[in-house]
Amino acid sequence: MSARELIELIGPLFIFIGTIFTFLSAIGLIRLPDVYTRSHAASKSTTLGVLCTLFGAFLFFVITEEFVSIRLLLGIFFVFLTAPIAAHMICRAAYRSNVVLAEQSVQDDLKPFLKEEGMKD
Amino acid sequence: MFEFLMSGSLILLVLSIFACLYRVWKGPSMPDRIQALDTIGITLVGGVAIFSVLLGTHAFLEVILIVGILSFIGTIAFARSLERGVVIERKRVD
Repeated sequence: MSARELIELIGPLFIFIGTIFTFLSAIGLIRLPDVYTRSHAASKSTTLGVLCTLFGAFLFFVITEEFVSIRLLLGIFFVFLTAPIAAHMICRAAYRSNVVLAEQSVQDDLKPFLKEEGMKD
Repeated sequence: MFEFLMSGSLILLVLSIFACLYRVWKGPSMPDRIQALDTIGITLVGGVAIFSVLLGTHAFLEVILIVGILSFIGTIAFARSLERGVVIERKRVD
C-alpha cells in the first residue's frame, strides 16, 4: 500500500468515525428513559457524527480531486447551527405540553417558575 | 479498505435509522416522535454525503443542504404547533 493510498484513506476514516457516533446516539435514543434525557443523545452526538461525516467527505474531495466544495462547508455550518435549536424547541414544547419526567429524575428547576408565570396570567 | 469503511458506515447508518424508526413507532409521547424524525433527517444528510463519496460525484451535494433545511423547518413547525396549537402566530392590532 503506497503513501498515496494511505492519504486517501483519511476521509473514509473520518466518515466511519462519524457513523459510529451516529450509531451510538441511536442506541441512546432507544435506551434512555424520557424525552429530556433522550434529547442529549439526539442532539449532541448526532451533530458530532454528521459533522465528522461531512468533514470526511470534504477531505475526500479535497485530497482525491483537489475540489474544495463550498456546499459541503455550508452543510457543516448549517447542521452545526440548526440541530441544537431544533432540540431546544422540542424540549420546550415537550415541557409545555406536560410530558412527565422519568421516575429517576431528581430535580425540576423549571416547575416553580412556570407556576409563577401561570398565576400572573 | 475503502469499500470496507464505506459499506460499514452505510450499514451503521441503516441500523441507526431503524433504531429511530423504532422510537417513532413506540414513542410514548408526541415530542419523542418528532425528535426521532429530526434525528432521521440529520442521519439522512450523512447518508447522502457517504453516497456522494462512494460514487465519486459532486452532483448530490445540493441534496445535503436541501434535506437539512427541510428537516429543520419541519421540526420547528411540529414543535410550535405542539406548543401553541398554531404554527404561525398573528398578533392582532386593534
